[in-house]
Order: sequence, then structure tokens, then C-alpha cells
Amino acid sequence: MMEHIKTLNTKNLQNTVKKGGCGECQTSCQSACKTSCTVGNQSCEHK
Amino acid sequence: MSLIHRYQSNGYNIVLDINSGCIHVVDQVTYEVLPYLEQGMNADQISEKLNDRFPEEQIRTSVAECEKLQKEGMLFTKDIYENVIDEFTNNRQTVVKALCLHIAHDCNLACRYCFAEEGEYHGRRALMSFEVGKKALDFLIANSGSRRNLEVDFFGGEPLMNWQVVKDLVKYGREQEALYNKKFRFTLTTNGVLLNDEVMEFCNKEMGNVVLSVDGRKEVHDHMRPFRKGAGSYDLVIPKFIKFAESRNQDKYYVRGTFTHYNLDFSKDVLHLADLGFKQISVEPVVAAQDEDYAIRPEDVPQIMEEYDLLAKEMIKREKEGKGFNFFHFMIDLTGGPCVYKRLSGCGSGTEYLAVTPWGDFYPCHQFVGEEEYLMGNVDEGIVKPQIQKDFSKCNVYTKPACKDCFARFYCSGGCAANAYHFQKDINGNYEIGCQLQRKRVECAIMIKAALAEE
Repeated sequence: MMEHIKTLNTKNLQNTVKKGGCGECQTSCQSACKTSCTVGNQSCEHK
Repeated sequence: MSLIHRYQSNGYNIVLDINSGCIHVVDQVTYEVLPYLEQGMNADQISEKLNDRFPEEQIRTSVAECEKLQKEGMLFTKDIYENVIDEFTNNRQTVVKALCLHIAHDCNLACRYCFAEEGEYHGRRALMSFEVGKKALDFLIANSGSRRNLEVDFFGGEPLMNWQVVKDLVKYGREQEALYNKKFRFTLTTNGVLLNDEVMEFCNKEMGNVVLSVDGRKEVHDHMRPFRKGAGSYDLVIPKFIKFAESRNQDKYYVRGTFTHYNLDFSKDVLHLADLGFKQISVEPVVAAQDEDYAIRPEDVPQIMEEYDLLAKEMIKREKEGKGFNFFHFMIDLTGGPCVYKRLSGCGSGTEYLAVTPWGDFYPCHQFVGEEEYLMGNVDEGIVKPQIQKDFSKCNVYTKPACKDCFARFYCSGGCAANAYHFQKDINGNYEIGCQLQRKRVECAIMIKAALAEE
């Protein structure tokens, strides 16, 4: 248990280097932007 | 550049480990320790720097905790992706998996900020025929390789002005699914003017998402979204949107608005929509040439930042009261979320995502329609300018100079190519105001998670 630090997530993006890239996820502009690019909130289809 | 992004928001000290995506909420001593640690100082040296402000024991235990996280790959993580993404984009087969069908280049509203110029996109008014739409779906299936999930957005102008073709294309798409082992995810974007029970019923059965355009408070909405003769559209569309959202169980839709220089206090518009009962809300800054009166100006940015802070705090309050709602641009998935390839290569415009005009021309996305140098091909001949596709496929955060040192690069994935093109005439450029606001939204989104994790 940490005294000084509270970690909100232990997901490491580096772990997705090997498994990622299937391309089945939603195209971001098809959701609700259309004038910006918001990718961080898209879901992975392989969760 | 620093491998972490450190900021204070709403009383929280937040540390984003940029390259791992790990997020840490830290106490004050750790907040001060981290920059020294990153400079390579050891516990003794850091202690010397900070012992007039914090007890030595505190400094040392903080350093030890940071070092533990570093060993575990959750702090000061290096960027290992640049070579990986090159290899990935070189080897990846280009497939098309999403189309934005401009089902109608015509509109029954005359919104002042419309990038489609009242639906006409620098061109002529036109409706897509079933034949053109059918060829577009055939093209999508034929060019989607092994991708199973295909997306088709019915866009405009106003797609309900060509509703029968929308229905016919959905029917056609469904017939093809079984034949080719594909799954279509249809979506519709509408201004609501022609929305009726029949449309709602059909959409609830067939559309994976619907985007309902509304800007917020009546005076704000009516100022920017009038009918062609000038009357406001709020009173007509709002009751229908409320009914529609309810009929979809407050899920799989967005009310989507645009804020401009005229409503920099846009948090009130977001909250107005929430007060009307909407649970899925997206309100974005207008993107417009700087000479437009409604454009967001550099001097507007500080107020917009404050509004995002206000909105974030109010959302936390409402969430804790059981009255929460989703704000699209504060949504962030810390536990799942997209893989690094998605995060680096962005929205897919010009490669896996194309826009199709009513007469069947292909463009990299809806915002490029009408820019003739970006006309890529058409439904009869397919892609006739593969170089455009290649240029877009090479586009990622490492090809954009402005992204290299930006902590938010894995959240916006390099930003919108169309915005970059419109502001810097280069799809590898950036739109600075958009970047500033994006960074702020990421900070707010993380802060909200920190606040809600306290429970």
C-alpha cells in the first residue's frame, strides 16, 4: 500500500503493442465528434 | 521532454505517465519530488532540495514509492512506439471499414457555422440515389478485407430529407451481412426538423447510434440554428429529441451541440441539456476561419478553460448525487480503451474512413468534401488516387511536429486532419486552439476519475 501515491489504473499501453491493431473498433468520427478527433474514449472491441 | 505530465486540478495533484497511460494521484511532497527524480537526482540530493518544506522521512518514502512504480513500468516509461508504428503502417493492409454517406446535400436549416454551407458543401444541392448508395455499400464490403464490423453514417446536409433512400440502404446492407459475414453498424445524424414517430421507430430498430444536433439554451440554439427564413428551430426539435432519447432508454445516442464565440459560457448549455433529461451529451467548440464573427479566438481560450473546469466540477457533484450524465469529451477509458496503434494513427480518415458525396465521389472525410485536390475516387471506379490514401495512412503522431512533445498525443492521436489542413494547409499540421482545448479536456477527464475514485 502506497502512502504518497494512489494509482488510478495499472493498464500499460506498452502491453497493447503485441496484441493491438485488429482494427475492429469504432471509427471515432462516427460517434459524436465530426469536427475534432477524440480517440482516447473509444472502446476496444477485444476487451 | 518530460515523460510525465504533472498538473493540479480541483485540489488534486495528478501525474500522467505519458507513455504507459498510468495515472497517479499524488500528495504534495511527491508532486515536488517527481521533477527532481526525473532529472536523475537521488534521494539524498532531493532531500537537500526539499527538506526546508517537507520532513526528510516523507521525502525518502516518497522517492522510494516513485522508484517502485518506475521499476514496475508505471512511471517515467519510455516511448517505444515510434518504430513500431512505422512498421505497422508499412505492413498494414489498407482496408475501408467506415463510410460517411452524404445522403443529402441539402438542408432545411441554415445554421450559421455549417461547414457544409447549409448542406451544399461548396457545390450543388443533391440527394444520393439508392443506386449510388448501394454501390458505396458494395465498395465498402469489397474493400473491408477481413474486418467484420463495418460502419455507415447517414450524414448530410440533413439525411431525413432523403429518408426513403436511408431505409432502402439499411435494408440492402442487412441483406448483404449474411452473404459476406459482415456486420453493419448504421448511424444517423439529424437536425430533428423532419423527425417523427416512424423515423424514431426505424432508428431504434436499425441504428446503433443517432446524433441529434442541438446547441443548448433556446437563445443560443436559435441564434445559430435558424430556419432559412430566420425563425429558430429549438421549439420544434427539443420535444422530439427528448422523446427520441427516452425511446432509446437514454443510451446509444448523443445530443450534439457546437459552441461558438457567442456562447463561451457553454457549460450552461451542457447543463441545460442535462436538465432537460439528456444523459449522452457532446458539445464541441466551433471550428471556423478566424475572420468569422462566431469563430473561437485565441483570447477566448482562458474563459473556455474555466468553463471546462466548472463543468467538470458540476459533473462530479451530479454524479455523486445520482444525477450524472456523460459528456463525450470528458469520457476516458482508463482501464480499457484503444490499443496504441489506434491511439497513434487516429481517426482513420482517408484510409479506413471515407466520405461519399450524393453523386458517389470519395473524399478522405466529410470535412474534405468539396476540396477538389482531395477527391480520391468514386463508387464506379473505386480509389483512383491511391497517393492520397497513402498520405493519410502515413499520418500519425510522429509525423506531426506539434504532437511530439504533447502529453495528450495518445488521447487525440494527432488531432483532426481536416482542421490541420484548413488552418495550416497540411494534414500533418495542427490547429493550435483545438490542441489547447483538447489538452484541457483530457486533464478534466482524468480529474473527474480521480474525484470519483475517492468514494
